[in-house]
Amino acid sequence: MANKILSDPLIDNNPITKQVLGVCSALAVTVKLEMALVMAIALTFVLTFSNLTISLLRKYIPMNVRIIVQLVVIATLVILVDQVLQAYMYDVSKQLSVFVGLIITNCIVMGRADAFAMSNTPRDSILDGIGNGIGYGTILIIVSIVREILGTGQMYGYQLIPMSFYLENGGWYMNNGLMLLAPGAFIVLGLLIWAQRTYTGFVEE
Amino acid sequence: MELLQHYLSLATKSIFIENMILAYFLGMCSFLAVSKKIETSIGMGKAVVFVCGITVPLNWCINNFLLKEGALSWTGIKAMESVDLSFLHLIMFIATIAALVQLVEMIIEKFSASLYTSLGIFLPLITVNCSILGASLFMNERAYTFGESVVFGVSSGSGFALAIVSMAAIRFKLKYSNIPDGLKGLGITMILTGLISMAYLAFSGIQL
Repeated sequence: MANKILSDPLIDNNPITKQVLGVCSALAVTVKLEMALVMAIALTFVLTFSNLTISLLRKYIPMNVRIIVQLVVIATLVILVDQVLQAYMYDVSKQLSVFVGLIITNCIVMGRADAFAMSNTPRDSILDGIGNGIGYGTILIIVSIVREILGTGQMYGYQLIPMSFYLENGGWYMNNGLMLLAPGAFIVLGLLIWAQRTYTGFVEE
Repeated sequence: MELLQHYLSLATKSIFIENMILAYFLGMCSFLAVSKKIETSIGMGKAVVFVCGITVPLNWCINNFLLKEGALSWTGIKAMESVDLSFLHLIMFIATIAALVQLVEMIIEKFSASLYTSLGIFLPLITVNCSILGASLFMNERAYTFGESVVFGVSSGSGFALAIVSMAAIRFKLKYSNIPDGLKGLGITMILTGLISMAYLAFSGIQL
């Protein structure tokens, strides 16, 4: 049971490709692998602890104000993450700009808090938070690796494609600048969703 | 005259060049969920323009009269002048948006039944729409003036509406096409959004 909660969101029930939650940030922060990694860690942290808190409070939260309570818990955690990033990783925090703050309205966090943590034990909720965080992070990392390699020829800042291949050095290769722009993100994620759904056999009506 | 020109170019910029969905990916969740039918997408578009146009200027006021460093100096109390509450801006913005959406919903339910039936069901969805909070955060990050924040709120909402309605129109046509099984629904919508956003890139050549 515990293993199932942890592993299910990785491929079969992935938050981005299957549940269609949290797509906004998945597209925006995937220009570089470094940004995607920081974002994935930040989201997993917020998701795990918001699930834990909501699950501990689940018997005391009145049903009709639960959205506000969830928002307050999530917003507090996001402020923590935002302040830590500004203190220790100022450059990355500047690059991520508004997207750290937008974890508040990230549908994954709200969705898991409402759909899972409100009706499950704290232990299961933590596992669900970690599982969904890793599932989200996996997609982010795959998309960002593809975009960074095709867009700049680098991976995590290291030059992967030899400089002598480039046109200006007398070679035949050119970076695909489109990958760094918005359309590249949409198309790479679209193709990834296609691959994942072909693998799991899920068909949307 | 110069001010009007400045506002106009800001509006053009936030509708076409820096479109909320197609350039910043904000509000993708509701964009994907609500763009299945044209009528519902028009309703959602109107609701976003409306809420964005109110919350961005309101959050500007909150930011400039309560949260910023030295913003509390209007109280006249010496100790208040150095207070910096800007770390609270995330929670204040989202609280304002949630409260305002509730308030707007109650007001239009009371006064305009026809408006409520066309906007009502979309309003709760809007609280967690990234483009609303995103617009307020961009307003904060780019340090707009009050006038600019009004223009930015309305026009970034309009940009969202434009994108969601055109997507709904394309998805309507898509019903009759033969798409590979795994690509149906989310996959093809993503790729189509990519193509629309590529078309919008043409606007980025405009110098304003």
